Amino acid sequence: MKNETQKQGGAAGAGPNGAAIHAQGLVRRFGDVVAVNGVDLRVGQGEVFGFLGPNGSGKTTVIKMLTGLLPLSSGEAWVDGLDVRRDAEGVRERIGYMSQKFSLYDDLTVTENMTFYGSIYGLRNARLKQRMEATIELNGLEPYVDRQAGKLSGGWKQRLALGCAMLHEPKMMFLDEPTAGIDPVARRQLWDLIFELSGHGVTFFVTTHYIDEAERCSHVGYIYYGKMIADGTPEELKALPDVRPAGTKRVEITAPEITRALRLARAMDGIRTATVFGQAIHALVEEHFDLSEMRRELAGHGIHVTEVRELEPSLEDVFVELTYKHKETGKWATE
Amino acid sequence: MVSAIKEKMKQANPFRGFRSIVYKEVLHIRRDFMTVFFAMFIPTVQMIVLGFGIDTNIRQVDTVVFDENGKKESRELIDRLRNSDTFRIREYVHSDAELNDAIVGGRAKVGVKIPYDYSRQLLDRSTAQVLVLIDGSDSSVAGQAINVATSIGFEESLRRALPLRYAIPVEVRPKLLFNPDSRSPNFFLPGLVAVLLLFFTAFLTALAIVREKERGTLEQLFVTPVRPLGLLLGKLVPYFVIGVMGLSGLLFFMRTVFQVPIAGHVLLLYALAMPYLFVNLSIGLLISSRARTQPEAMQLSMMVILPTIFFSGYIFPRETMPLPFYIFSFFVPGTYFVNISRGIILRGAGIEHLWHDGVVLLVMGVLLLLAAAKRFQKKVIAT
Repeated sequence: MKNETQKQGGAAGAGPNGAAIHAQGLVRRFGDVVAVNGVDLRVGQGEVFGFLGPNGSGKTTVIKMLTGLLPLSSGEAWVDGLDVRRDAEGVRERIGYMSQKFSLYDDLTVTENMTFYGSIYGLRNARLKQRMEATIELNGLEPYVDRQAGKLSGGWKQRLALGCAMLHEPKMMFLDEPTAGIDPVARRQLWDLIFELSGHGVTFFVTTHYIDEAERCSHVGYIYYGKMIADGTPEELKALPDVRPAGTKRVEITAPEITRALRLARAMDGIRTATVFGQAIHALVEEHFDLSEMRRELAGHGIHVTEVRELEPSLEDVFVELTYKHKETGKWATE
Repeated sequence: MVSAIKEKMKQANPFRGFRSIVYKEVLHIRRDFMTVFFAMFIPTVQMIVLGFGIDTNIRQVDTVVFDENGKKESRELIDRLRNSDTFRIREYVHSDAELNDAIVGGRAKVGVKIPYDYSRQLLDRSTAQVLVLIDGSDSSVAGQAINVATSIGFEESLRRALPLRYAIPVEVRPKLLFNPDSRSPNFFLPGLVAVLLLFFTAFLTALAIVREKERGTLEQLFVTPVRPLGLLLGKLVPYFVIGVMGLSGLLFFMRTVFQVPIAGHVLLLYALAMPYLFVNLSIGLLISSRARTQPEAMQLSMMVILPTIFFSGYIFPRETMPLPFYIFSFFVPGTYFVNISRGIILRGAGIEHLWHDGVVLLVMGVLLLLAAAKRFQKKVIAT
């Protein structure tokens, strides 16, 4: 037993130091489809890592591999210093996980849900009570402690889920689309809470579809057809040559009849890509592209452009560009 | 260091999370009693129907008589039929057509025709013939009617063939052991125990797991330190306790209301129920590894419960089944438990008679559990 302990302790030490998550060459095959294709990840302690990608691109598979639910077809991964392949149980002990669906028990009260989750992690009696009180306070759940979870609104449900996932004070939290389907105010509050905890050294691995959430992350990864096609801080990603190729600029064109304008714009020489953002078109154009010429041409079709201005790329631009770029090659790799 | 070792031992515990799951499951059951009630409902209805309602003994079969002969001899024969308790003569008819019509029309299941020359043939010491028409559409009635009618014929022949002062040379006196009055509650209720336990373990456990699948809570549990065994046993135990309570209730009603004596040791029955529950748990697991929704789980459960009802010998005797079904019945776990239950309750059998049934169940349980656990790991956890 003692030897075993030391050996496993040794395995924990073998994880690259400093990183909360360190993964190299993660591969997962389902039959002959390669669902996760050589993903490398390094998430520092206390970082808020935003993991983005279209539905079905392999996000959940990566989370399942990192939490030890799915065996790795090849590659290696350490979470909180533990080798996922060797000590999945230990990993699960140390992480908190909150899934995209509200996955607590509707018919149990807030207190009962917390008691259940706390006891799973081995919290008992005074310790459990103390942790529950602290978590309830942090998440502002006091008014609802005796309410059945099913009768809470979406935002409160997510707070309860987050509360249950952090009862055992994990240093590493996985949140799988935590804000899907909750209102903007609750969304903002949840993120405030995430940043507060990350300030205390908790690392977050968050998947999301909201670009504004990604903008707030300290580190963002974008997965497309099982491959990581972007990895860095939001600023680094915006400076990628693919996003801002030499000799181009980004402009925002505000005009009425936006869909017709888009169709016309896409046909023009000098416009590389164009997409609608609200009431405007975001376009990547050649440096020498004549904007007044474009105004005239659109006016010729009865569309009077109200405003044209140069634009910094947003993360959304980043992902759109990268997705375009990988569209041809972006297919599921098969064996 | 000591605490680190303790920590590791906690992780190595394959039943990790068991107590937490039991706590939660008990809360679920208290909040959602309908599911348990539903599972209770079918066995209870079966108990009432089979205990009170159905008498499988064939008695007082409606019979029509066409007595063409109408002499003392023919009336004697009719009296014998009437006294047998199997036949109830409800009508006399006066032609073959009427006799036929009574059976076709369903007014009678048996028609007896005593021909006009019945008494004369007897006096001439040649063979007198009696025609017995039997409605074959109900096979158990038909079988009983044939048997009784034939034996009455034999007795009547012997009586007439032997000189008056001679006794009948051989008399077979069947004695029905263990259920002397062949009461149907004695036959059905011990078998019902098998069905009841199946409902509570396989069915409710499968439902409880599939419900968590539907809600997405199962996915959440897999990311916690709860081990699969802790999860499954934690789910099973509360229903097992309810199952044992159900079993006790059933035994109590069986003993008091339906007056079925328990010849053997009740404790042995509880003890041999364990391997059976083990098999059922594995079946429940197999179902839950397959079904995605609760209705799907119910349908799959029915695929298990129906063979148990039909092939275990609970309702239909296995010995009369066509060979393929008879062979199939060996693969139905209920078969062994019906035998155990009847053995203990009716025949007073002990462990020395029933151990092999227990062993078969245990082996089935181990094989099924291995298959189920593997499937569960592959299809439910790692997907």
